[in-house]
Amino acid sequence: MSTFKFAVGLTFLFATAVHAEGPGLGQPVSANEIPFYATYVMPDGRGLPEGGGTAAEGAEIYAAQCTSCHGETGTEGPVMPPVWPNELWPKSVGKHWPYATTLFDYIRRAMPLNDPKSLSDDEVYALAAFILARNGIIDEGLAMTAKTLPTVEMPNRDNFIDVWATQGEKPW
Amino acid sequence: MTQITSDSGGLEFVAGGGLLSRRLLLKSTLVGTGAIAASLTAPTRAAAEADIPEWVTVSGERARGYGMPAESEAQIQRAIIEPWQDVAAAFSLSGTPHHRLRGTITPSGLHFEVHHGGRPDVDPARHRLMIHGLVDYPLKFDLNALERYPMVTATHFLECAGNSLFNAIMPEPMQAGCDMLHGLLSNSEWTGVPLSVLMDEAGVNPEGKWVVAVGSDGPALARSIPIEKIMEDGILALYQNGERIRPEQGYPMRLLLPGFEGNMNVKWLTSLWVTDAPAYTKHESGEYTEILADGSSVKFTFALGVKSFITHPSATMTMTGPGFYEISGLAWSGAGRVDRVEVSADGGQSWAEAALEGPVRSRALTRFRLPWRWDGSPLVLMSRATDETGAVQPARSEWKARYHPSNFLHYNAIQPWQITAEGAVQNVYI
Repeated sequence: MSTFKFAVGLTFLFATAVHAEGPGLGQPVSANEIPFYATYVMPDGRGLPEGGGTAAEGAEIYAAQCTSCHGETGTEGPVMPPVWPNELWPKSVGKHWPYATTLFDYIRRAMPLNDPKSLSDDEVYALAAFILARNGIIDEGLAMTAKTLPTVEMPNRDNFIDVWATQGEKPW
Repeated sequence: MTQITSDSGGLEFVAGGGLLSRRLLLKSTLVGTGAIAASLTAPTRAAAEADIPEWVTVSGERARGYGMPAESEAQIQRAIIEPWQDVAAAFSLSGTPHHRLRGTITPSGLHFEVHHGGRPDVDPARHRLMIHGLVDYPLKFDLNALERYPMVTATHFLECAGNSLFNAIMPEPMQAGCDMLHGLLSNSEWTGVPLSVLMDEAGVNPEGKWVVAVGSDGPALARSIPIEKIMEDGILALYQNGERIRPEQGYPMRLLLPGFEGNMNVKWLTSLWVTDAPAYTKHESGEYTEILADGSSVKFTFALGVKSFITHPSATMTMTGPGFYEISGLAWSGAGRVDRVEVSADGGQSWAEAALEGPVRSRALTRFRLPWRWDGSPLVLMSRATDETGAVQPARSEWKARYHPSNFLHYNAIQPWQITAEGAVQNVYI
């Protein structure tokens, strides 16, 4: 009898401790239920898939899938931001973005605008290689993979002030 | 009568350009206000036969399930901005017509939109919110489950970091209404589940410092958010102005981070992924960073600065002759409450403090107003807000000096309106 009471009391304590303010109705979610776009490739490369691609392969994909928005050369648009620098929009990938991993993740989840998530991982690697090579950041022949992409040194990386870290919620 | 100074016709002027004391707005001086109004309008109403309109002679329409604005108000619409038209139609924006609205709550159908990949058609029965990553219990929630959680209600503005971008970058002031100039700003009463409750249920690990929030739109928009903000006052918003959130605002659920730039308040929220560091998503790498005057940049600039503008009168309006008007406008700050708003009717030479319509809420739009007698001569009206942290809205030149010429984000400078002798109200830079 006392054991039963103790068990009931323990269950109650556990429930109130874990779900103090809510009914505790969340259901367990397993790793295979979580789509790739619910995470993000991190700057150190965590989350990059297998596969790879080169600038030459990327050039063909770019010509077929990207020019209607970003233009034949990538500088003229009409849609901004450009994939390599122009004077109108200085925050292009090559000139501005601090990490190359962002390029892979964004293309994979969001591009092309009218058919997002349609490109294969190899195609996304190839497009990342093409854009980085056209920006003069990597050699034309260097394939982008889970190993090489996080090692790309983006020229503007150390040119940022982290406002959250330095002053929190206070507006800049 | 409680007039204190008798400057002209018994009116108490408090600054140049005809600004009158806000004491005239108080109930104790209603008699006086009435007298002023009467003295400024010509009481020459001609006698006429009583008009009996037809709607008092027939029975009206039956009740209906969902009300709509009056047909005569159908032209009150959001201003649609499509920077790349059909080439990238899914990148589309619409601005709230603040010059056609009063009060502080934005009607849900007029709440601004900024879509980086269009408005998705989300099936609420299949939609899930996942909380995963550095947590003890990775969890998913459907809408039915979330309905049983405790809910809070809070009024907050949302403002796109790019609001007022034309004033920021156009070399000459664009002549357009407040829908185009300042329309990427709205204010709603939001109801939903405090995120801290859901995060506690999942059990955030000590190394969980950031949360990557992802929407279930085409581009699956993602932003990294500090765990402190999520736990402090983040809301999983399910309701907007009492009804389920509109599709444009993230149906069936969105993230609400009071005071933070609009883009972070992820719509159609489907995932909160707890991480040890920011992911440097595209939007926090390129789009929503700002280049400074010296060529360096600022990142993770989350909270919006103190800001205000006069909605009545404002650009594209025409004055209806000299006499009494009430200047009215909106003020807000991402850092807290608006402390005060000053108004100038002489291009900034003199200022008078406007009355704030209470309650003045933190990180919400506040309406300010001040009586004014326009003598019909050209002048410049403007408002300048100060928030509870002491931050003051800057002049445009001051704001421009801080940033690279291309920057159009986090523009919070003073908005001057030129009133011409003909009564036209125009956008000007000072």
